[in-house]
Order: sequence, then structure tokens, then C-alpha cells
Amino acid sequence: MVETMHRFWLRALNYTPLALCAGVLAVFGSLSGKFLETQNLLNILIQSSSAAIVATGMTFVLLTGGVDLSVGAIMFLSAVVAGKMVLGGITLPWALGVMLLVGIGFGAVNAFFITRMRIMAFVVTLATLYLGRGLGLWVTETRAMNLPESFLKLGVARVVGVPLPVVILGGVVLGAHLILTRTPFGRQIYAVGNDLEAARKAGIRPTGILASVYVLSGVCAAIGGMVSLAQLGAVSPTFGNQREFTAIAAAVLGGTSLFGGRGQVWPGTVLGAVLMQTVENGLVILNADPYLYPLITSGIIFGAVLIDSARHTFLARLGRRRIRLEKPFAARDDAA
Amino acid sequence: MPAPPLLECAGIDKSFHGVRVLREVSFRLLPGRTLGLVGENGAGKSTLMNILGGNLEPDAGRLRLAGQDYRPRNPQEASGCGVAFIHQELNLFPNLSVAENIFLTAFPRWPISGWPFIDRRAIRARTRALLEEVGLAIGPDTLVERLSPGERQLVEIAKALSLEARLLILDEPTTSLSARETQRLFSLLTRLQGQGMSMIYISHRLEDVLDLCQDLVVLRDGEVVGQGPRGDFSLDQLITLMVGRSIQQLFPTRPETPAAAAVLEVRGLSQPGMVANVNFELHRHEVLGIAGLMGSGRSELARILFGLDPFARGEIRLAGRRRERVTPRRSIQQRVAFLTENRREEGLCFEASIADNIALVSLPAFRRTGSRLIDRPRLAEAVKRMRREVRLTVSARDDQPVKSLSGGNQQKVVLAKWLLNEPAVFILDEPTRGIDVGAKFEVYHLINTLAGQGAGILVISSEIEELIGLCDRILVMSHGEIRDNVDRPHFDRERILRAALEVRATA
Repeated sequence: MVETMHRFWLRALNYTPLALCAGVLAVFGSLSGKFLETQNLLNILIQSSSAAIVATGMTFVLLTGGVDLSVGAIMFLSAVVAGKMVLGGITLPWALGVMLLVGIGFGAVNAFFITRMRIMAFVVTLATLYLGRGLGLWVTETRAMNLPESFLKLGVARVVGVPLPVVILGGVVLGAHLILTRTPFGRQIYAVGNDLEAARKAGIRPTGILASVYVLSGVCAAIGGMVSLAQLGAVSPTFGNQREFTAIAAAVLGGTSLFGGRGQVWPGTVLGAVLMQTVENGLVILNADPYLYPLITSGIIFGAVLIDSARHTFLARLGRRRIRLEKPFAARDDAA
Repeated sequence: MPAPPLLECAGIDKSFHGVRVLREVSFRLLPGRTLGLVGENGAGKSTLMNILGGNLEPDAGRLRLAGQDYRPRNPQEASGCGVAFIHQELNLFPNLSVAENIFLTAFPRWPISGWPFIDRRAIRARTRALLEEVGLAIGPDTLVERLSPGERQLVEIAKALSLEARLLILDEPTTSLSARETQRLFSLLTRLQGQGMSMIYISHRLEDVLDLCQDLVVLRDGEVVGQGPRGDFSLDQLITLMVGRSIQQLFPTRPETPAAAAVLEVRGLSQPGMVANVNFELHRHEVLGIAGLMGSGRSELARILFGLDPFARGEIRLAGRRRERVTPRRSIQQRVAFLTENRREEGLCFEASIADNIALVSLPAFRRTGSRLIDRPRLAEAVKRMRREVRLTVSARDDQPVKSLSGGNQQKVVLAKWLLNEPAVFILDEPTRGIDVGAKFEVYHLINTLAGQGAGILVISSEIEELIGLCDRILVMSHGEIRDNVDRPHFDRERILRAALEVRATA
């Protein structure tokens, strides 16, 4: 009985992202008819794609029990470099390639200091956050840069009728999902996140895995930067500002544990990112006081973290043995 | 002609910083047999195992595996040669499935080898076959976090089988298993042995070793002091060989205790799912044992008495006064001490120093009047006194982290911590788990002395011999209830075991 109750709660806790999403949609839908129109829902998806891509990279890092605070700065710096190059007359594909290189480079710097110098991820990525932002501001002299039409065209382009940002999001998420669930590398990420020492003893090389997730996070940040850039058509000094927090919040909302080893990109993180955009969109449609936005967003994030710890406690309690009314040994509901 | 040995160790020597920890260790393991390796902590068992497992290289001597020279340089090489280890602490990832755990470092690929994708169908099918072999009725996709400790152990063995191990080395595999799970493990091991698997079994539970193994090797101070087929040894002889002290001498004599006042009274204590209607009294000067299988409610009762877990009904009286709101903090103030069964996680601050650990519980008593700051000289003096009292190894400095100590000395630090608070009631849950015979002897003496000074002592233990040797009276628990209450004159192994195994009356 007690056990069944616990199992039920655990299931419920695992499905909270879905339930939250449904709940938010229902609330806004009932408050405003415009909200549930297909065009509006598609807009939400398009607007959340950049954040979702960055959050996908962040999920890899969080799964290992680390954190990457530099993603917003990577978005900014790569956008700045690409913008300068395009304005200097270099063609678009080259500029996009350089953006990716900036992402890889920053990810590699993070990875080097975290795995080789054994400095805490929080500290390393906090430093690279300031480094990236500082470099970007230095190059732009704190002025906004307007980019040529070619960038904006990308933002509204469609591939077989689907907006390009959504296509890119789909590609990134599909790739990430396959890596995490279907490759040895992905499963070993979960092992390392659960217990680094145990992973090492099991014959896994944690260094390589840890290094890879920071590079992946850098790449995702650069791709997220491209999508944002194509949608905005300009680089302002606040481009990508505080995106690290949106990304962490989206991942945690989607059920990724800050303790490491738990979470998934699909559906979790994607839902989390969409959920945050949905709330903002809904508040705009409802004409809510803009000062309320951060309060409501913070409330939702707080709730998500609360649920994460609750799940942690529940798991611990499930692991504890009970003496009386023990379930028989082999009879398990999920046998075979 | 007898079969050639599977493993042959000849003249293995190993020294650390000039100290010889293994001296010309030689033994042979025949195929399809189980070799029990016993010895006190520090006798060299783990060094020997580290050499076999590829973590250390011997200074001299040679190893041969199935007639070939065997010199593993790392654990991967050892497992590549078919030598699999099952450690005391399991190496499974609870957030991954059973199948993923088994193939974690050797996933078959899809659609052809060299591709980055896991062949999920293949690992499921192979895991199913392996689980069947170890007799575990669960699906390959079950998350390990949903398995009991015993089931996890079987998964470890399935993993070893997947590596096509020829030699299985088990290090204290039963410490966290219930009696039933242990039985299940042993029948599996016996079956595997019948199929030709060879094993080395290391354990402090000598009864288990005698049960399971055909051959024994006894190590003392890095030397083989006894070796031969099981029939050559009795339990008593084994202990004598290990320590040079026989089992009768292990326990101090209990004085005849006159009836003294009750210091702890428990009336009708119940907590749903844990314990039901527990009644007993603990007197001053008394050593009261609680016997019972793992999962009988012994530890849960102890946790409730100390205030770590709640209780729904009943009352707990301390020195005649009913305890309201039982919390660990109040328990400490009322001089109740609790040594938990799990010293690494619950008993010690592992990274902190010996002195800090000893002082932890009694810090408020060392505040200066007025400033309320800690009187460090007085505290240091008290820590020194406690160290002497528990006979902590003199070579350890006060500021040395506890994690650097041996199991026995760690346990002495826990004891010192509680003794500093001058306990009136001392609850000890498995006080001698995982510590060597020498340290056990000292723990028994300490318990005896403490009882002599007037404390009431409650000892929980899985080893019936230990309770019989140590206690004035034994309560037997099963399914969260007290089933029997045996006085010293009526101590009888069989009677206690029978009560502990008693099947629940109500379904």
C-alpha cells in the first residue's frame, strides 16, 4: 500500500513537466480565445526555439552534475564575430561556420579548465561568462550592430512549409535525443552524472565525457545564437544576456535534476523551454503588467526546483526497506 | 593426475614504504572450486586482491592463470583475462537499466560494429538470458534503483557472467543482504560452481565461509598461516589461527548482575510498517541484546528510540520519566547514545579530523561560562582521555581525517564520541560490523566496562554468537515484533534462531 502510493507519487513527479504544460495552456486558453489559435501556438514554438536549443546543450552539462554559465556569453560573442565578418563583406555561410567555431572554442576552454585543471565548473564558466561578454563589448565598443537583410531572411525562411528556426530546433533535439538514449556515450553521461568515482571504477573515462559535454554545450549556444540573430537581425550589447538562467530553468522545468544523472532532452527540456515562452506569450496576450513577468517565471522555476528535490526525497524513501507487509520477492509489476 | 590449477600464486611479496604486507604468499585454486580467504583486517587480504585485480603489481613472485603467466596492469586487463570482482560496495548505476549496467563499457553496436548506436535489441536479449541464469525474474529495462540490495548483487554477478569470467572474486558480498537474499546468493554460487566456475570468497562471516568453500587460506600479518580443505578447520580453530586467541577468550566474562532499576522502559511502541507493540525494559548495568534477521525491525526500533524516526503509539520512559517529543537532540541531552549500523554515512564526518569527530556531540559541554566560546584546551584534554579509553591507535594524530583510519579505529572514534557524553543508555547497532577480530575484542571489553559503570546497553547484532557471548539477556525480533526474551542461563543458538525465523502469524 505505502509502496504503491510512493510509486504513484514518483510517477506523478516524473510527469510534472507535461502536467504543468497542459495546465498553463488550459489556464491561458480559458482566459483568452486568441491564445489557443494555431498561429499563436506556432509563434510560441518559433520564439522558444533559440532558448530550447541552448537548453538542450545545458541539459548535457546538467546530466553530468555540472553547470555552464557561459552560454549567454558564447551566444553574444559568436554573434558579434559573425556580425563583424558579414559587415566586413564575408559571405553568410562562412560567418555561420565561424560562429560554430567560437562555440567549440569556448566549450573547449571550459572543458580544459574543468577536466585538466580540476576547477569547479561553476567557477570556470562564471569566468568565461565575463571573458566572452567582455571580449564582445570590446569588439563592438558597446554599440548595437545592425546586420544586412540576408540574416533576417533566414529567420523567416521556411523548409517545406516549416519555419527554419523550428527545423533547426527539431534537428538539434533529434540529434541530442539519439545521442543520449541510443549511444554508449549518452548512457555513460548518465553513469558519470550519477557517480563519477563509480564510473571511473567501471572502466569509463569520465574526463573525455565531461570535456565533450562542455563542447556540446558551446556548440548548442552558438546555434542558439544563430537562430536568435536571424530573428532579431541585430546584435545589441544585451544579446544573449542571462540566457544561461533561462536555459537552466528550462532544463530543470523539464525534469532534469541539478544533482546529475536524471533528465532528458525530449520531451523534458523542450517542454520546459516552450512552457517558459508560453507563460510570457500568455501574459502578453492577457495584457498583464510587465513587472509581473519575472515574478511569475520565478514562481514556476521555484516550483520546478521544489519538485526536483521532492523527487530526490521520494527516491531515497523508496530505496529504504520496509519491514512489515513486505512485497513478495519476485512479484514485480514491471517484470519482463 | 589431478586437474592443473586455475590460479597459482607463488611467493608473492609486496612492501609499502619498506613495510612488508605480503610475505611469500603461495596458494593454488583448482578449477570449479571455491577458496575462502580469511584473515583480520590488515592481514593483507585486500593487497592480495588488488594484485589479482590489476590495481597493484607484486614486488616478487609470480601468478599463473590457467597455465599462462598472469600480470594484469589495470582492472580492465584483469577482466579481459576473465577475472571478475564483486566488491562489498556495488558498482551499479541506479539511474540506468539492468541491461545498460551490464553492458555499460561494452555495448554491442547497431547496425554493425563501429557505429555509434547501441544495439538495444541485442542487449535486451542477452540480459534476459543472463538474468535467467542468475534466477532473477525482472525485465532487462528495469531501473536498478527499483531493486533490493540482494537483487542488485545478482545483477553484479550477471555482469560478471557477461564478461565470461572464469574466476569470480567476491569481497564481503553478504554485508547488506537479508538472510533470505544471502541464501539465494549462496545457492546461485553453488550452482555456478557446479558449472565449473572458480571462486575466491572473502568474508568476516566465518560461518558463511565454512558453508560455501571447499578450500581455505588463512592470512595473518601478510603470511599464509593455514591452508587446506575445509574439513581441516573448525570455526574455533579458524579464529585461533587468525588471531592466536580462541573464541572463548574473545568475550569478557559478565558479572552476575543483581536486579537494578530500569533506565529505559518501552511500552506498546508501534509505528505502521516498521514495528508493532514493542515492550521491554533495560536496566542499569545490563547488556541487553536484540537478535533478529536483517529487516526484522531491529535497526528501525533503535532509530525510533533515539528519535530519528517517529512512532505512532506507545511510550518511551527514561529513568522513570515519560519522554515527550523524542528527537536526537533531546536524546543527546538526556544522555542517550546511538552508534548506527552505518558508520561511513551516519556515524562519522568522514573528511573531518579525529578530534572534531570525537568532540561533535559534546561541544555544548565545553563552552566557557560567560563568553560561550569553546574551551579548546579543556576539549583537547577530554579528547586525549577518550582516545586512551577506547584505545585508539597511538600512531594516529588528532588532526588526521577519520577516513584515513582502519574500520576498527573508525569505530573506536564513534565510540569515543559517545563516551565523551557519558551515556546512561547506549544503543549499539552492529558495533563490530566490518572490523577485525582484535578490534572486536576491544569493543566487547568497552561495552562490559561501560555496563559495569552503570549504563544500560542495548546491542543489536546479526551474529548470534556475539550476543550470546556479550549479553545478559536477548530479545528476538521478527517482522517488527519481539518474539522471544531469553535470559543468560537459557541462551541457546537454536532457540534464538527459531524465534528470529518465525513466520508471521497474521498474513
